[in-house]
Amino acid sequence: MNNYLSLFLQSVFTQNLVLTMFLGICPFLALSRKLVTAAGLGAAVIVVMTITVPVNNLLLKYLLGPGALDWIGMSELDLSFLALVSFIGVIAAMVQITEMTLARFFPALHHALGIFLPLITVNCAILGASLFMSERSYDFGESIVFGFSSGVGWALAIIGLAGLRQKLKYSDVPDGLQGTGITFICAGLMAIGFMAFSGIRL
Amino acid sequence: MKAETKAALIDPLIDENPVTFQILGLCSALAVTTSMLPALLMSLAVTCVLAFGSAMISAIRRQIPDNIRIVVQMTIIASLVIVVDLILKAYAFETSKQLSVFVGLIVTNCILLGRIETFAMKNGVMSSFLDGLGNGLGYGLVLMAIAFVRELFGSGTLFGVTILPSVYDGGWYYPNGMLVLSPGVFILIGLMIWAIRSWRADQVEQAEFRIHHVHRTEAAS
Repeated sequence: MNNYLSLFLQSVFTQNLVLTMFLGICPFLALSRKLVTAAGLGAAVIVVMTITVPVNNLLLKYLLGPGALDWIGMSELDLSFLALVSFIGVIAAMVQITEMTLARFFPALHHALGIFLPLITVNCAILGASLFMSERSYDFGESIVFGFSSGVGWALAIIGLAGLRQKLKYSDVPDGLQGTGITFICAGLMAIGFMAFSGIRL
Repeated sequence: MKAETKAALIDPLIDENPVTFQILGLCSALAVTTSMLPALLMSLAVTCVLAFGSAMISAIRRQIPDNIRIVVQMTIIASLVIVVDLILKAYAFETSKQLSVFVGLIVTNCILLGRIETFAMKNGVMSSFLDGLGNGLGYGLVLMAIAFVRELFGSGTLFGVTILPSVYDGGWYYPNGMLVLSPGVFILIGLMIWAIRSWRADQVEQAEFRIHHVHRTEAAS
């Protein structure tokens, strides 16, 4: 249990996907203009990541990894070079299934998330989480915790940045920095803030 | 060189740079730029995938059914990325370890889908190839520029060769560790965008609100 808790804290704060690993930066900057959209997108990312990382973990364990096809008697086969194509396929399929399930059973939530669900397919944070899962060889339980907490970390970062940008609208920014430039600098300052969780090491 | 060819190659370098102007493909631009060598390999990898991917998709653009086009594009890109990944593992193993998951993440690099959706799906094979090449080079240019600053001032070396001898090895230069860490690069890109936009004023974004100082003659009325 302790192990899971430390993994959770580590993925939310000290190894935050956006602010220390630079994953999912494009939607992080493009969709953080308003707090409401940022929160919706964050929720969608949490849902999709919690599903895709464990599913990809099972896929790796029983189909693709070295010796994974032992159960049908082909133990020499190593299909791990197919991991990338399979992961992206799983993510695209899962996003579609999540969208249909939400539309059927939770129409209110589906309406709130709206167009953000399909966009998640090309969010590199999702694919990145799956790739990190396979690189660090997490087991099934850890991959659930890792998927969920990475999603939470991503959501936390985008909601924080959206809050900053809403305040920023009324500040007098130099011309060249307007929009994208100042957003980058805010993100940098946020990253310094997040580094405080692990203690700044220079 | 024809004017069209030249435009496809030159425009994405500064005027329509994929990273600083279109704000695409940032994840890898930030992550692999701690030193020059990984940045160089990453730029080459992205340029190859982008140029050949654009050409291949443009060649079959009339055969791709519209509603499954994203899946088709993703599959072609992912296959190219796997080839690049295996080549890197074979010939530059150390650097490919350093790049870790970021070679795989070329698949979801938004420059690829962005250029393919907006350009390769509508244009011929040759011009798509050149567009891919140009955007890849523009991406590479920004990557190399960021990596230059980060490696030179962050650790005092270029391509691993010591330029500014750091105090840890008996030199005089105090390396700025912040540049190697994540906050440094966010701020660095922010400043870089500022520099480019002060030079090319037409890229400046309009503010949503302007602070307007009321003059006493206006206040009176």
